[in-house]
Amino acid sequence: MSAKGKVFQAHHAMGQRVRGTALVASDGFSARYDLDRIKGVFSRPSHQLVGQSYVGKILVVETAKGGVASAWMLHEMQSRGMAPLAFVFNSVNPILAQGAALAHLPMLAGFEEDITKAIPNGAELEIDPERGTITVLS
Amino acid sequence: MTAMKLNDEEQDMLAGKLGPLAREALRHQIMVGEFFGAEDFVPVTQAHIMADTESLGEAGVQWLEGLAANSEGRTGVCVPTITDPRGTDFAKAAFLGQTRSMLDLERRAIDAFVKLGVTMTDTCINYQTVQAPIRNEHVAFGDTGVVIYSNSVCGAYSNFEGGPSALSAGLTGRTPRYGFHLPGQRRATVHVRTEFTPETLNDWGALGAVIGRFAGNYWAVPVIEGIEGAPRSDQLKHFGAAMASFGSIALFHMVGVTPEADRLSDVAPAGLPSHRVGRDEVKALQASYHRDGKIDVVVFSAPQLSLYELRDLAALCDKRSFSVPLLAVTSPQVKPDSDRMGYTARIENAGGTVLSGMCFYQSYAREIAEAKGWKRLVTNSAKLVNILGGYGYQPMLGSMEACVDAAVSGRMT
Repeated sequence: MSAKGKVFQAHHAMGQRVRGTALVASDGFSARYDLDRIKGVFSRPSHQLVGQSYVGKILVVETAKGGVASAWMLHEMQSRGMAPLAFVFNSVNPILAQGAALAHLPMLAGFEEDITKAIPNGAELEIDPERGTITVLS
Repeated sequence: MTAMKLNDEEQDMLAGKLGPLAREALRHQIMVGEFFGAEDFVPVTQAHIMADTESLGEAGVQWLEGLAANSEGRTGVCVPTITDPRGTDFAKAAFLGQTRSMLDLERRAIDAFVKLGVTMTDTCINYQTVQAPIRNEHVAFGDTGVVIYSNSVCGAYSNFEGGPSALSAGLTGRTPRYGFHLPGQRRATVHVRTEFTPETLNDWGALGAVIGRFAGNYWAVPVIEGIEGAPRSDQLKHFGAAMASFGSIALFHMVGVTPEADRLSDVAPAGLPSHRVGRDEVKALQASYHRDGKIDVVVFSAPQLSLYELRDLAALCDKRSFSVPLLAVTSPQVKPDSDRMGYTARIENAGGTVLSGMCFYQSYAREIAEAKGWKRLVTNSAKLVNILGGYGYQPMLGSMEACVDAAVSGRMT
């Protein structure tokens, strides 16, 4: 069944409205533990997205893991143009929210459904933090 | 999103009456607070900033320098604000293969922090070495290991505060009241029954890791029942640090041990989901990292070692001679005592190196691996094995004794 046209409502949201391609995994996210930040790819061998680039993608993942360092790292990644376009989490750790606030990256979290199952990998999305919504465009 | 209630002082800050630093810090805190539905701010007595330069990068250091250059209104922190480990031990940087640009960045960050009135303690064990928070004290601590220990063992109130947020708390003297500042958020969400009370630090870390893995996210609060006797501070340090690293957990309760949980019913509603964890799970977690054969380096770090850990390590190093490098990382508060007591000399006479004010994984571990050819690493820190997998290492977890034996033989068996 196509998800096109579906709208998902988040409990928590910040940042500006963006459109982009979803990179989806039912796995966690830690900027320090999971990434090769220089190359812009997932590097932890056991991560579902190992080897894949997150740069410019709307990252749709389960939760934020560990690492207080992420609060700085999103800002540093953004300064080099090597950050995701936006973050979507089922459940979010304060560190990622603090990091997104510093880096001015849109972030949505907390949905009625498991958002990593509801959004197909590669879908085109519009994120609207003002309304707290994700719309599947195609 | 509901707007946070601001008192007069906060409204003045937001209006810029205390200068641009307090205004920008408060704006940042409001963004985060409103994201999490905080109703208002709560005053904090201490802040602790995680800000090694590997994380900051050039962009983060420039941001700090921008703050430090301000001369209008409030120019620095207004509550005691201390730092997590730095990205190097300047005295040992050449040995670690660190480059001049790493050290230059580190010096610039330190200069900026000092200008902002930050106290450079460079430690992730401030609860053992600087000043442990007390029960019900609201603080803004960074470093997941510091937060979980302060919340759980001390009964203080803190969220994970990343560097920018901890610095903001230092600049405004407050933090948004959400998460673990709210008593209701501190109730247990998962019950863990264990018949296994570990002895060694690696077993304590592995037990924390197992619980962190299944508890699984920041808002989960495990309550652990079945631990015998009174664990030592170093044991709970490894237990909490591993749980926070594997599961992003910020608070646990241990029935009869931690201050909020004299009895299970003090923290746990009836009918909590329950898990059993035993020796088998703890050993299986460690076995999953094990590989026979040659090793490149032994590292004791994450968290920094206490004086007691260095004392134990020194005793194991007597009359030994290492065939691979052995690193023991401690805080700048502990290092002079370790020197004075002769522990440093005993570890270094065997061929080891005692480092201070850094932490192995916050010190360009990936670049160190490349510069030194270190890949197969042995440690007694469950937190460290979890982190270094993502940094190109093959980490292995063993007891302090097994680690020292491996440094002598150059092999893990």
